[in-house]
Amino acid sequence: MADEWKPQILAIICNWCSYAGADLAGGARIQYPPTIRAIRVMCTGRVDMLFILKAFVEGADGVLVSGCHFGDCHYLEGNYKAAKRMFMIKSLLRNIGLDDKRFRMTFVSASEGAKWATVMEDVTNTVKQLGPSPIKEFKK
Amino acid sequence: MAENTEPRIGVFLCHCGTNIAGSLSIQDVVDYAKTLPYVTIADQYQYMCSTPGQKKIDDAIKEHNLTGVVVAACSPRLHEPTFRTATKEGGLNPFRFEMANIREQNSWVHMHGMWEEATEKAKDQVRMAVAKAAKLEDLIPKSVPVERAAMVVGAGVGGMQAALDLASAGIKTYLIEATPTIGGRMSQLDKTFPTLDCSQCILTPKMVDVGRHPNIEMMTYTEVEKVEGYIGNFDITLRKKARGVLTPDEATAKGIVGGGCNGCGDCAEVCPVIKPNPFEMGMAPRKAIYIYHAQVMPLIYTVDFDSCVKCNLCVDACGDKKAIDLEMQDEFITVKVGTAILATGFDLIPIEGKREWGYKQFDNVISSLEFERLICASGPTGGHLIRPSDGKTPMAVGYVLCAGSRDNTGGVAKAYCSRFCCMYSLKHAHQMYEKIPGCKVYLFYMDIRSFGKAYEEFYYRIQNEGTKFIRGRVANVLEDPVTKNLHVYTEDTLLGRPVDIEVEMLVLAAAIQPKEGADVLRKKFGVSASQDGWMLEAHPKLNPCGTTTAGVFLAGVCQGPKDIPDTVAQAEGAASAASIPIHMGEVELEPYFAMCIEDLCAGCGMCVNLCPYAALALGEKNGRTVMVVTEAKCKGCGTCGGFCPGGAIKMQHFTTPQIAAQIDAFFAGGEQ
Repeated sequence: MADEWKPQILAIICNWCSYAGADLAGGARIQYPPTIRAIRVMCTGRVDMLFILKAFVEGADGVLVSGCHFGDCHYLEGNYKAAKRMFMIKSLLRNIGLDDKRFRMTFVSASEGAKWATVMEDVTNTVKQLGPSPIKEFKK
Repeated sequence: MAENTEPRIGVFLCHCGTNIAGSLSIQDVVDYAKTLPYVTIADQYQYMCSTPGQKKIDDAIKEHNLTGVVVAACSPRLHEPTFRTATKEGGLNPFRFEMANIREQNSWVHMHGMWEEATEKAKDQVRMAVAKAAKLEDLIPKSVPVERAAMVVGAGVGGMQAALDLASAGIKTYLIEATPTIGGRMSQLDKTFPTLDCSQCILTPKMVDVGRHPNIEMMTYTEVEKVEGYIGNFDITLRKKARGVLTPDEATAKGIVGGGCNGCGDCAEVCPVIKPNPFEMGMAPRKAIYIYHAQVMPLIYTVDFDSCVKCNLCVDACGDKKAIDLEMQDEFITVKVGTAILATGFDLIPIEGKREWGYKQFDNVISSLEFERLICASGPTGGHLIRPSDGKTPMAVGYVLCAGSRDNTGGVAKAYCSRFCCMYSLKHAHQMYEKIPGCKVYLFYMDIRSFGKAYEEFYYRIQNEGTKFIRGRVANVLEDPVTKNLHVYTEDTLLGRPVDIEVEMLVLAAAIQPKEGADVLRKKFGVSASQDGWMLEAHPKLNPCGTTTAGVFLAGVCQGPKDIPDTVAQAEGAASAASIPIHMGEVELEPYFAMCIEDLCAGCGMCVNLCPYAALALGEKNGRTVMVVTEAKCKGCGTCGGFCPGGAIKMQHFTTPQIAAQIDAFFAGGEQ
């Protein structure tokens, strides 16, 4: 069973940098684990903390938010504002007894296809080490 | 389309030849899609973007009375506009379309032995897209008028060409240049390859044209301070740096009739402060009040306030012209333009960072731009090539190609090819034989990249002139302390043995990097950078002049190393692209605006502070304080919607119910 388990990881990524970076990884045929499903938003600033919490409540084993590098945001500073909220998510997860490593925010630019693949590997490995989300138990 | 009818979604899967169909089971996904809620029809086609593929969408919308369309194919960044048009042709609002990216983010990244996993992922992606499509709403793009003016930042050969093209197309063009003169790097060059045209001779007519053109407003010694607005309506604040000198027009405006700088140079003659002239790569002096060179445009002196001692000698020398104002302050002006072109060019890398070549350690190791000035008739030596240590004519000169280019060792080195160093070094070799008959020229190279028109022929010509080509990367350079000659150590990889060659002067064809300050500028315009630091084009093949910021375009080396012909070609392309919205008169903006759900808004004002564009404000409506959106200012990032504690902000096309539905759909999983 342990080998069978495939983590369910949600990624919410911005149109201009990380989504473009992910497309670039595709164009370059850089392979990475098929564990992640992405939702495209225009900017990580759009990411409501409730989206992330909702994902965990629904049983996500991990959540990734990925945007532009600081100073490179298409909307000037959406990623700063998102990053601030993401710290809150981390402490919230700790408080409810979820390992905060299940959540991550990364910065991948439109030219960093290889980095996107590395992030995919990293996030997948981290979540695999942590195992299935304990919240899944409640949902049974 | 009545809002309360049950959604009816059509799903279309694209094979993209074998691009998608070769890595996952299209048939399985189509069969699966048919089981999803709201899905009325699921179909597949070889190439959905082809005419018959698009017709499938058109027909299905009409036949099945669809309310939404999902295409699972490539990235929406590629074909979203195509399928939106198809959706529109079928009679639906184009924003009733959602794309599942099963190529770039699935079949291409899960290629080998991942058939089942990729198929599963595609099912999830389609399920999530259907969930969103079921909640999509009609949106009407907003048309905004386009200001009939453009801006070009950087007045090198690329910026000048772009400005000339725009201006000749009848568009008012602001040409912004940070230094006191237009002309850029090309004006520093002596000759151009492969024609050996004198660089200034072919450039100065262009400079004069720019200066004369009635539609060009040339603003030298000026920098971009702030950029606000969006395509069609950029408000750009410029910092006119204090020049300390009035132009004739400025003088007239101040009531000094017949006054202003006429470029006579009397001021510089009396100025007691001597500084290195950066135009001459620091090899010639200039005063604290200066022009770069004799052919500057505009011919107006500039005071370097960092070194001026305010002795007022220049003011006295200027006399009745009253052109000099040593109390001048920076001025800020805001101009409105429809589109902008960035053409900021390049710098050489600080090649002293490659310590093994001895630049700045040994007098007779110089950079290629220094060589250009030394061999140029208008340069510091009047075109007499001499070496720095003792002023003697060097009879043996070495050229190190790929000096910091195509070099993965880190530090100042660059992994990319700087693209024009091979050719100008060949030109330098030729100039040596022309100026100093009987000299010896050694060229240390990795490969000679002579790819342009008539370049390869030029290479043969230089080979026949007697230049010794030594294929090897220079490992070390040492100076003979007595003669100041240099020993160049390398391996001749064609002979397979180490060599030690003594030269009297060594020229480093240094790699190039983005112009200092270009990074700050591009961020003001919202332009991204490539991994190598150059500005990022919208698409490397199909949109090399555009950027991800609508209305902002790139010309020349700021986008990546290129020689003069390529720079001019790109500048003309960028000018053409930048003139399109202006000639159209109006542009459509994607209707991703924030909207306030007034019943939920408590008027707390959190969003007002979060908005980077000042698009939101608090206002009174029906006796309550609520947030009010200025749609024209909103760019649709959604930062307000991501934070609103009451969920009172609706980010169109990325609404909370839509994203929540996508999240639900992901975890709903399994057959339904």
